[in-house]
Amino acid sequence: MNPIFKILSNIGNQVTSRIWRLGSATRLFCLTLIYSSESFRRIHLTIREIYFTGVMSLIIIVVSAFFVGMVLGLQGYYTLQKYGSSESIGVLVALALLRELGPVVTALLFAGRAGTAITAEIGLMKATEQLSAMEMMAISPIARIISPRFWAGVISMPILASIFSMVGVMGGYLVAVPIIGVDHGAFWSQMNVNVDFRIDVINGLIKSFVFGVACTIIALYEGYDAPPTAEGVSRATTRTVVTSSLTVLGLDFILTSFMMSN
Amino acid sequence: MAQKNIVEIKNLSFGYGNFMLHKDISMVFPRGKVTAIMGGSGCGKTTILRLIGGQIKPKAGQVTVDGKIVHKQDRQGIYELRRKMGMLFQHGALFTDLSVFDNVAFPMREHTKLPESMIRDLVLMKLNAVGLRGAHKLMPTELSGGMARRVALARAIALDPDIIMYDEPFAGLDPISMAVICDLIRTLNDALGATSIIVTHDVEEAFSFADYIYFVADGSVAAEGTPKELSKSKLPFVHQFVHGEKDGPVPFHHNAPSYKKDIYEWV
Ligand SMILES: Nc1ncnc2c1ncn2[C@@H]1O[C@H](COP(=O)(O)OP(=O)(O)O)[C@@H](O)[C@H]1O
Ligand SMILES: [Mg+2]
Repeated sequence: MNPIFKILSNIGNQVTSRIWRLGSATRLFCLTLIYSSESFRRIHLTIREIYFTGVMSLIIIVVSAFFVGMVLGLQGYYTLQKYGSSESIGVLVALALLRELGPVVTALLFAGRAGTAITAEIGLMKATEQLSAMEMMAISPIARIISPRFWAGVISMPILASIFSMVGVMGGYLVAVPIIGVDHGAFWSQMNVNVDFRIDVINGLIKSFVFGVACTIIALYEGYDAPPTAEGVSRATTRTVVTSSLTVLGLDFILTSFMMSN
Repeated sequence: MAQKNIVEIKNLSFGYGNFMLHKDISMVFPRGKVTAIMGGSGCGKTTILRLIGGQIKPKAGQVTVDGKIVHKQDRQGIYELRRKMGMLFQHGALFTDLSVFDNVAFPMREHTKLPESMIRDLVLMKLNAVGLRGAHKLMPTELSGGMARRVALARAIALDPDIIMYDEPFAGLDPISMAVICDLIRTLNDALGATSIIVTHDVEEAFSFADYIYFVADGSVAAEGTPKELSKSKLPFVHQFVHGEKDGPVPFHHNAPSYKKDIYEWV
């Protein structure tokens, strides 16, 4: 076959299959929303999943946030001190965390910690015919399995991101005040004056809510769509991390540009 | 009025993509009887069960369950039909995050509003029927293959279905577990007044307890009859299958060009 023709048909194939997957992921998303009332009616299912996705991610979130905060403190101090404004360190740490690092790093960690677990669990349920069995019992797996996990992820993400920012600020404080010797009062008062609740805190929460929807639905879709074999599930798990990370970074750019333009 | 045949398959054709798996298959499953579907691996036996359960739609023809055409039902209608069916999956398909007790209780909790005390009694009764009342606290990973299948059977009959479908209930079991399952199928069928559809390739077992047998080969029904009729059958395919001969109408070799041609081409 003509090699150029081969390359073109390959590209065409890739594009159509991506669009196809995007379409079926959207379909799953809509069905999940339609079946949401069921997962709220039996709230214990959702709470159980919040425990598995949210609470179990706490350790990695807290530890990472602490280190990120400390590094921000060090780097920030190093630069600010050149301009003689090292007491602004609190503002810098808080804004960096609330606006960007909190939502984005939490989402990336979430994709690696909880997203992969969701994909593998659902993929294995499919491979072992548990989803089929549920359908044959006249129970929709989307209502019983997918929807509670979706809401658990969407609820957990903003909370995790808030915890991330909070712990990060503490990490920054620890480096700036006791270790480097920035004034305690200046650290907090500058932060207090320069951080705006609506612009910084609310926008950060909006971001992490959107990331929560994206990461969770990607993880769920990859699991639900995985070929029911060991190889299929392992590939789907990898794809969850790659797709979620790229989606989060892309969405972050789009959201930030909207928020800045106001 | 209740139909004589609870499940009927009429001129059914089905395939994945362009490949036709079933060509014009017709079968009937009379009420209260044990009917077996036999055939080689990959000939589409599981697919027939999935067609009866309405998980996939036929390309032509139809499946009727209790007088209703399955693929013409909306979602609600299919769910109503499925509540009359219990299915035992090939590998049990137990929910791995639930205990044995909760697995059996699952369909009851989802579909009925029975109080927990009554669910408890019913679950223990079902587990007792399969001889595993003592195992109700175990998790599915702690069960042997035979036990898992018995639990799955208890779950399949949790809501006293009219139709019980078994997908390869004997595959991979030791002779004792096999005899136990064999016995259970017959007992449950008669005790519940249910209709059983069994997909299997175990000749001996199927012939020992089925009332009627369909042989599927090459996408169509190659032979049918009572075990007695079939064991006397002179049809070459049935003969090969029943006696387990490796070559015959079903060839040992997968489709291939001549051996000589292959060898010379690759050098
Ligand atoms: N979802 C599917 N997509 C494409 N082909 C499938 C699918 N499910 C099953 N098949 C193919 O259909 C054939 C019959 O499958 P199955 O009904 O499971 O056979 P059996 O149960 O008789 O062993 C197999 O060759 C299998 O590869
Ligand atoms: Mg099969």
